[in-house]
Amino acid sequence: MAEMDTSGGGGHKKGSGVKKSKKLSTRIDLTPMVDLGFLLITFFIFTTTMSQPTAFKLNLPKESDKPQDDTKIKNSGALTILLGKDDNVFYYEGILDPAGKNFKSSTFKTIRDEIIQKKHSTDDRDFFVVIKPNDECNYKNVIDILDEMAINVVKRYALVDISEGENQLVLATEKAGVGN
Amino acid sequence: MSRPKLPRKSTSIDMTAMCDVAFLLLSFFILTTKFKPSEAITVVTPSSVASKVAPDKDIVLITIDKSGKVFLSLDDEAKKQYLVNTLNSTKNLNLDTKAFVKSTFFGTSFSQLPSFLVIPEADRKGNLLPGIPVKDSINNELVEWLKLINDAYQGQKMNLLLKGDNLSKYPSFKSVLYAFKKNDFLKFQMVTNPESVPLGTDLWKLHQSKSDAIKPE
Repeated sequence: MAEMDTSGGGGHKKGSGVKKSKKLSTRIDLTPMVDLGFLLITFFIFTTTMSQPTAFKLNLPKESDKPQDDTKIKNSGALTILLGKDDNVFYYEGILDPAGKNFKSSTFKTIRDEIIQKKHSTDDRDFFVVIKPNDECNYKNVIDILDEMAINVVKRYALVDISEGENQLVLATEKAGVGN
Repeated sequence: MSRPKLPRKSTSIDMTAMCDVAFLLLSFFILTTKFKPSEAITVVTPSSVASKVAPDKDIVLITIDKSGKVFLSLDDEAKKQYLVNTLNSTKNLNLDTKAFVKSTFFGTSFSQLPSFLVIPEADRKGNLLPGIPVKDSINNELVEWLKLINDAYQGQKMNLLLKGDNLSKYPSFKSVLYAFKKNDFLKFQMVTNPESVPLGTDLWKLHQSKSDAIKPE
């Protein structure tokens, strides 16, 4: 393939009368070229981002001024997840105990188990997750927890503003956690 | 008895075929690669298990950068034309129509828009701009922007996208949501990086049962 016939027309006969043309080999060593080719391929593979950004859908509830239109949820089926700063996650089931006894802290690694456990222990129709991010938590945390809803196939969840009391509790717990 | 002479074989292999393959692959990669356009606003998006590819037509994109500043971009020039005309007539801003339509994103308050449009396109960097004011609900200009956009689209299909940075704080996200709700934009999509579904979770089981249904044993 990579050689050309440099010998003259029918000059294969090595007759004494025929003038011998010097055969120059045109065979080129292609190894460096192959090397270069693969080097460039590797470069392109590594610099290309094949993955296209995906879109995560979120539907917001219609804002209404009438409290009777608000979605009613059963206390027994509610799981409230609070998001704080530095990826802190807190949760409680049902209504928050005034003394904060059922207020537990968690992490993004362990919250999945809590969601699964709650999901399996309650009736599907009553199960509802309330997500309350406080002002210190970042966008990634919110997406992560919404993602967690998708991962665990939680059909009913809502993004709700945090109440002052809960925020205080989150801040106090975070402060106490620093010493540990 | 003399040994039969083994013909000495050359160890050099013909590299041509390999070379062909290498360059074929190379050209494939060069042609399929879409170079990432240099972005004026740098945003690192979080990842999610969502598998739907983000739309790239008829988009209204709200970007939140890492310091919580909010930017808006549209891809439809006709809609931008409508926006600039409305802004000029209602707010007397005397905006440069051409520059407005050409601009890929907007990141200032309405009052600063004229001076924003004077800056050459290449010098409009997200970190130097103040962003659209959204912080307090009384002066949430994104509400007005979205209202104008809603008028411009008039019920036509548009894809409302939200692209937030990992490190942006929740309040800016909340104020963007507030602006969405105010305009009854209740369905939107958030741009994320794809991520694989963790094994053993309910969603994973759901996918498994779906793929089993397609090809029964």
